[in-house]
Amino acid sequence: MALPEAAQSQPKTILTSTDLQRVVDRIAHQILEKTQGAADTALMGIPTRGGPLARRLADRIRTFEGVDVPVGVLDITLYRDDLRRQATRAIGPTEVPPGGVDGRRVILVDDVLFSGRTVRAALDALSDIGRPRSVQLAVLVDRGHRELPIRADYVGKNIPTALAESVRVALVETDGVDEVKLFGGTQ
Amino acid sequence: MKHLLSAADLDAATATLVLDTAAEMASLAGREVKKLPTLRGRTVVNLFYEDSTRTRISFEAAAKRLSADVINFSAKGSSVSKGESLKDTALTLQAMGADAVVIRHPASGAPHRLATWVEGSVLNAGDGTHEHPTQALLDAYTMRSRLGRLAGLKVAVVGDVLHSRVARSNVALLATLGAKVTLVGPPTLIPVDLRTEVCYDLDSVLSDTDVVMMLRVQRERMNDSYFPSEREYARRYGLDGPRMRKLPEHAIVMHPGPMNRGMEIAPEVADSARSTIVEQVANGVSVRMAVLYLLLGGKS
Repeated sequence: MALPEAAQSQPKTILTSTDLQRVVDRIAHQILEKTQGAADTALMGIPTRGGPLARRLADRIRTFEGVDVPVGVLDITLYRDDLRRQATRAIGPTEVPPGGVDGRRVILVDDVLFSGRTVRAALDALSDIGRPRSVQLAVLVDRGHRELPIRADYVGKNIPTALAESVRVALVETDGVDEVKLFGGTQ
Repeated sequence: MKHLLSAADLDAATATLVLDTAAEMASLAGREVKKLPTLRGRTVVNLFYEDSTRTRISFEAAAKRLSADVINFSAKGSSVSKGESLKDTALTLQAMGADAVVIRHPASGAPHRLATWVEGSVLNAGDGTHEHPTQALLDAYTMRSRLGRLAGLKVAVVGDVLHSRVARSNVALLATLGAKVTLVGPPTLIPVDLRTEVCYDLDSVLSDTDVVMMLRVQRERMNDSYFPSEREYARRYGLDGPRMRKLPEHAIVMHPGPMNRGMEIAPEVADSARSTIVEQVANGVSVRMAVLYLLLGGKS
């Protein structure tokens, strides 16, 4: 989640590149464990950084057990509940995973879980594409402060944060570097 | 962007944003549920002072796919026929809470006036002989999706340019996006104020053009004799089979519709694989969804 830099205090690194890779490896293992081999499963990343994360998870799952999990991208811009509060946002691409979502277990992938509103929008967007058998949620970072009754099935790292702080996830694919940093907060 | 009044107002970045957004909208058209919740609770008024089928239906479909409420208002059979002025009609719509007004009007400049009276967004759906910006956007979208680019494309706009708001909007937008436009038609139907290349001989431009855009001969706006006879016009400026075969292999034939088959375009051409006429209609809905989203989707 890219938030403007709150330059009150020095950003704190929460996950380094190595940490981040270990976390992705662990989530991939957990998915395999919980879904008993990831059969009939599709991963759908929520832009921007959920996309590359979903591809990494699929890649790890293939390495660990040789299973090919279809990957898609789910843009939620048109389903947001805060459209009227902000300037018009550009729409990103939506890619339905090969084979569709009907009857499958769909795992939504995002970088940061915060208010839960993005996931709410993603659930609406997903139901317009098809009818999955079940939907799960995987996030790299859970920073708390939920405003909706939503929880993640797979969490990379729980980070207790203050509302004023912001968590920024950087990935090689989108930002040239792998790391998670905490910005702003108490002085 | 608050209003869409003229294609000439769009800079290259904004126009490209509209086309890219339209491409995403088009990709959603193949889904199980085509409707999006984006403009739920917003009201779009179609205010049509001129007959129109495709533009009105296209705007209506676009607004409905985004879940906006649509009110259709046509001048015939309304208080306009009792003598109500545009301003009073506008204030009435304002009082009903219109978030956007899509207006088609026989007087050039009517949308600009309307924009000063209402609080919502105004979308020009064709004003007199002035502009028809969403048509230009959907034409540009069609060219880009068929030919892969716009910069450097050679576009021949053929026929009744003088009375054509479609041509005016296209000349402005295509210049912004880097295409090269040549106007082709009888000297009586080519306006002198459009700053672009002009040619009076259709046959000489065909072999070196990527897009041929045929315009409808607008008999309803002609109160003068601009050409000797329809047969002569068709012979010199109509696009028929032999002329189409002079075009380069990849070239496409466009027409904003409605067509006069046999006049400016032969049925053989209109129904050929080069023709994008039906595609243009489908693209129109995507482009208008994009415009409505970009005007109404954010903070007002």
